[in-house]
Amino acid sequence: MPHITPGQAYGFFTDTSVCIGCKACEVACKQWNQLEGNAPSFLDGFDNTGRLDAENWRHVQFHDDVPDETLSEGNGKAWLLMSDVCKHCKQASCMEVCPTNAIIRTEFDSVFIQPDVCNGCRNCIAACPYDVIGASHTTGIAQKCTLCYDRLQNDMTPACAKACPTESIKFGPVEELRRTAVERLQTLHAQGVTQASLYGHDEKVYGGLNAFFLLMDKPEKYGLPDERNAVLPSRNNAGGYLTAAVTAVLGVLGGLIALRRRREKVSSEDG
Amino acid sequence: MGDVQHFAGPPDWLWYILAYFFLAGLSGGSYVLATLLRLRGAPGDEPMARIGYYIAFPPMVLAPILLALDLGQPLRFWHMLWNTTPGHPGVNFKYWSPMSIGSWALIVFGAVTTVSFAASLVRDGKLRLPLVTWLDNRPFNVFGSLFGLFIAGYTGVLLSVSNQPVWSDTWALGGLFLASGLAGSAALMLLLTRFRPEARPSAGMLSVSERLYALLELALIAVFALTLIAAGTQGQVFGLPWLVLWLVVLAGLIPGLYGLATERLSPNGAAALRHSLAVPLLVLAGVLALRAAVIFSIQV
Repeated sequence: MPHITPGQAYGFFTDTSVCIGCKACEVACKQWNQLEGNAPSFLDGFDNTGRLDAENWRHVQFHDDVPDETLSEGNGKAWLLMSDVCKHCKQASCMEVCPTNAIIRTEFDSVFIQPDVCNGCRNCIAACPYDVIGASHTTGIAQKCTLCYDRLQNDMTPACAKACPTESIKFGPVEELRRTAVERLQTLHAQGVTQASLYGHDEKVYGGLNAFFLLMDKPEKYGLPDERNAVLPSRNNAGGYLTAAVTAVLGVLGGLIALRRRREKVSSEDG
Repeated sequence: MGDVQHFAGPPDWLWYILAYFFLAGLSGGSYVLATLLRLRGAPGDEPMARIGYYIAFPPMVLAPILLALDLGQPLRFWHMLWNTTPGHPGVNFKYWSPMSIGSWALIVFGAVTTVSFAASLVRDGKLRLPLVTWLDNRPFNVFGSLFGLFIAGYTGVLLSVSNQPVWSDTWALGGLFLASGLAGSAALMLLLTRFRPEARPSAGMLSVSERLYALLELALIAVFALTLIAAGTQGQVFGLPWLVLWLVVLAGLIPGLYGLATERLSPNGAAALRHSLAVPLLVLAGVLALRAAVIFSIQV
């Protein structure tokens, strides 16, 4: 790959159709970023990670999509696997609400939480629609995938993409990845895999995701909101404040009415 | 149109935040009611106004402590106000982030309640500091009341400006918390008249206002429920075990609604609230239960 150049947008294209659930990405991420991980969760399938959080910046999802009764041989139904990660949204909900400005956009167009600025208010956790961010039990601050910011600064591919044996996780300039994704989708559709679709490759979801996906089922199956539900927290400012303002006016009016009734009582008593 | 999809994880805003939301509602509401009483200009209302200003101050001392303790890095509380990003020092103020606005509003309202509290002490002959009575005039109280209204209500907007189920599915929370804060403040002020008998002439006003605020709160609970039904998330907040908390919320509304049904807007029915210890406490329990139901139901 050519040199990693500041000023250019970089990201991941995660092709779930070739993910084999080996979790090499999880291991490489933890090893490079010195994440301790959590105690194993014994969940359905082969998932013992559970979710993305402060200690898990890559999480391989396992969704049992095998039908209870076999309809025909090789009907294409199997486990749905996806290596989930921070999406590094162009319009990032976490950045929008962060009151300390600890969450910034780097020179590689990734979304980065500055560990020495974050104070652990967890507003970003409430805002992230993908449940990507977690509060660290050791540092107290919010943590998530950094797109291996330190590696990028040293012209190195992020650890997860480097480790992925099937190239399900592809790293590169976002524009280049988008072209690759469209070509891959066309190939799959030509092969009859019509359920394949791209998620986050265009502006329909949060202005475009720098870490986007090729999915083998509907987005919600993987815990990803569809286009209609991919909305920013600030959408509720106007309605919330307007209702509060109307209530404030009614509250003051109520107080004035109560005062007036008291004055009438005092007047009648005086009279 | 299907149900709203939610995949966001909970922020673990629990007990400290519940306590802060409760205190913010009472502090803001008490300041507003105290100012309304003072604006009327009758000497008979001044003792009750001072009760309101006395109530408004302590929560604003506790609030920053509670909020700092809730942070993962409590000593970095000041990062809310000042950007410490290397190379980008400056004030942090994001008008589209209620938490950012709220941080500044807390400072302003904290200062306002401190002045009004001190001025009440001076006027009651407990403190000699003439400067604060000069500051604590009517325009100052009106200015403070605007912030009081904000502090009592913005906490609901803060929850809504997220991607959390229930919280982000409604636009009613800001108004609901404000109405509940006003009702609770009226009940608390009435409760404290037992320690200040000269404030009793104003009890009627507070009793009538508490009835009206209970009605307003009930209407906003209905709006809250309707918005959640539209989103398909009503079961999360109104199901068991949270239904028990909602029963407490409704029990807290009963004194006001019963008063409205029987006494209507007559100030004569103040005795029940003033003499009873249980009734104002029930109203306050309702204020707390409302916030607990909203905060905990989606996080626990």
